[in-house]
Amino acid sequence: MPDNGCLTGEFFMNGDNACAEGAISAGCRFFAGYPITPATEIAERMSRRLPVVGGTYIQMEDEIASMAAILGASWAGVKAMTSTSGPGFSLMMENIGLGIMLETPCVVVNIQRAGPSTGLPTLIGQQDIMQARWGSHGSYEIIALSPDSPQQMFDLTIKAFNLSEKYRLPVLIMSDEVVGHMSEKVVMPEIRTEDLFYREMPQKGAAGYLPYKTNGSLVPPMAIAGQGHHFHVTGLTHDERGYPVMTSRAQDQLITRLVDKIRLNADDIIMCNDYMMEGAEIVVVAYGITARIAQFAVKQAREQGIKAGCLQLVTLWPFAERRIGQLASQVKAFVVPEINRGQIVYEVERCACGRARTLLVPHSGGEVHKPAIISAAIRECHADR
Amino acid sequence: METLSIYAPKLITSREYIASGHRACSGCGEVLAMRYVCKALGRNTIISNATGCMEIISTPLPQTAWEVPWIHTLFENASAVASGIECGLKALKRKHGYTREVKVVAMGGDGATADIGLQSLSGAMERGHDFIYVCYDNEAYMNTGIQRSSETPFGASTTTAPSGKASMGQHTWQKNMAAIAAAHEIQYVATSCSSYPFDIMTKVEKAIKIKGPSYIHILSVCPTGWRCPSNSTIKMGRLAVETGIFPMYEIENGKYTLNIDLPKLRPVEDYLKLQGRFRHLDKDNTAEIQEKVLDEYNKVKRLAAGNKAK
Repeated sequence: MPDNGCLTGEFFMNGDNACAEGAISAGCRFFAGYPITPATEIAERMSRRLPVVGGTYIQMEDEIASMAAILGASWAGVKAMTSTSGPGFSLMMENIGLGIMLETPCVVVNIQRAGPSTGLPTLIGQQDIMQARWGSHGSYEIIALSPDSPQQMFDLTIKAFNLSEKYRLPVLIMSDEVVGHMSEKVVMPEIRTEDLFYREMPQKGAAGYLPYKTNGSLVPPMAIAGQGHHFHVTGLTHDERGYPVMTSRAQDQLITRLVDKIRLNADDIIMCNDYMMEGAEIVVVAYGITARIAQFAVKQAREQGIKAGCLQLVTLWPFAERRIGQLASQVKAFVVPEINRGQIVYEVERCACGRARTLLVPHSGGEVHKPAIISAAIRECHADR
Repeated sequence: METLSIYAPKLITSREYIASGHRACSGCGEVLAMRYVCKALGRNTIISNATGCMEIISTPLPQTAWEVPWIHTLFENASAVASGIECGLKALKRKHGYTREVKVVAMGGDGATADIGLQSLSGAMERGHDFIYVCYDNEAYMNTGIQRSSETPFGASTTTAPSGKASMGQHTWQKNMAAIAAAHEIQYVATSCSSYPFDIMTKVEKAIKIKGPSYIHILSVCPTGWRCPSNSTIKMGRLAVETGIFPMYEIENGKYTLNIDLPKLRPVEDYLKLQGRFRHLDKDNTAEIQEKVLDEYNKVKRLAAGNKAK
């Protein structure tokens, strides 16, 4: 589906710009944005690029409106994205919940800075990880990806669109200020139609279309406005006709399916990168920019004869439970560096279930970990009897 | 502007409530306007300041410039926080015999006022809190690097409304915040400009006397974002007024007064051609802007004339 105007080749650009180009290559043709450091560059690039490829950029009055606008655009049949950082992400929460409930494909990029509140607008944090998981009210599952480089910003943005179209939900790209602002080589291949996923749609003119009736899978086909189907969508609990039904039975059916469509497909969604994991006794579990620092520390440890490895979580949510669970019975310890005071570490702890030591290497934000701090944690675990 | 027998700086208090040495760009009209607003407000003032240029340039140590109690709120909530402060003071007076008259002031830029903060501003005006709202309008999100707002003028190029082959830049007309404030039927609404210190101070003094909400909208020249030399700040503000692009007026209990009513307006080109953000505009664009400016200016003029007739 990519029109002319998609960039291909090698570029030297920052993560924010690579994210925008990934979106264009993925077929994103609508962007609603609001300025916020350190994500503004994505909106700026989209405002320049979208008119050229026949898309629409609009700047909204705030992040609540931005998130709502991409839901609307998605129901009009267009792949849509917004980007923000901490404070804006907080404002988007209610509408992310609406996106979950309406089962609306869209992509939300969070270039994380250090919080809470205004915090450090220009400096790094990885502190919205649990907010990404639980920030909107209600019981739901979400998909969140964590790129570690401008290259991954490009690749994972395409991946995020594919996942959102496949599973019909907002997919979150939980990047950070360092990845967003660092410039590196980005290789943009030609994206072919078969590389892209577009939502399954009902047959044109098919009688008796029910917007939330699934055909064996857990994801219902999605009609778009103007396609000829008569349908109704609502944030209220609804049945397969899409109309509100306020009963615990309808709630149970709907919520179970919304949760199951992610949980039961976790293996299809979850991506991890293994780094020096052969025979690793101490596994550093890391994500985003921190994974690259962890890999440096792991390499140093290996040179010193410590059997260390790094498991990079490319998908944060759903969490790589099974992988951590399997590793827990093989390894001595997990070291979890993250630029917060402990978020993903609790998931690792839960999945390790006491079988392996779990050591948090926290950082309050504003800069990345020094490799030596992670190395020290690896050595500490190595020295354990 | 009121007629003064002597026109000299010594008529202004030498006391500053914004200390020098802040981080504003050279030639910043916004901090200039804020300085005059604060001089007029005086010491017994509590300020609730939305995120934006004025927040960031006036606070980090060691360049902290504030000499009155001041709270940095978020982007969208300066008026709501001010509502709380005003009610808190009321409760203090009622229950604890607090007697001092304290002015509660909310401040924000054009984004914080006309975009993200409009809801909380509207709520506070509707509830009728005794506070002053000051909008420093520099016509874009300058703090994050010149993104368009709903106060960005038609035709201006910004980083999210860029001019080029596919677009001529901002293609919407500015939101009329003074009219929106006036629609809340509050007692005092005024527009002013950073190049007119006495006008700013007179208007703030009037707003102080009002029991209830008042709204002052100050066009604040931003050389960085407007792409004009930093020594042209005063000139640029005066040109905005003299071309009729930014009419300075007051709405007192619904009655309009045009404060500066020139016998002949300068062509808008005099203003547009000096700023890089309008560099790409052609003759047709300029003519369109000229027509709209005269239209809006005459609207205010008619409203003001209507008052005189009565």
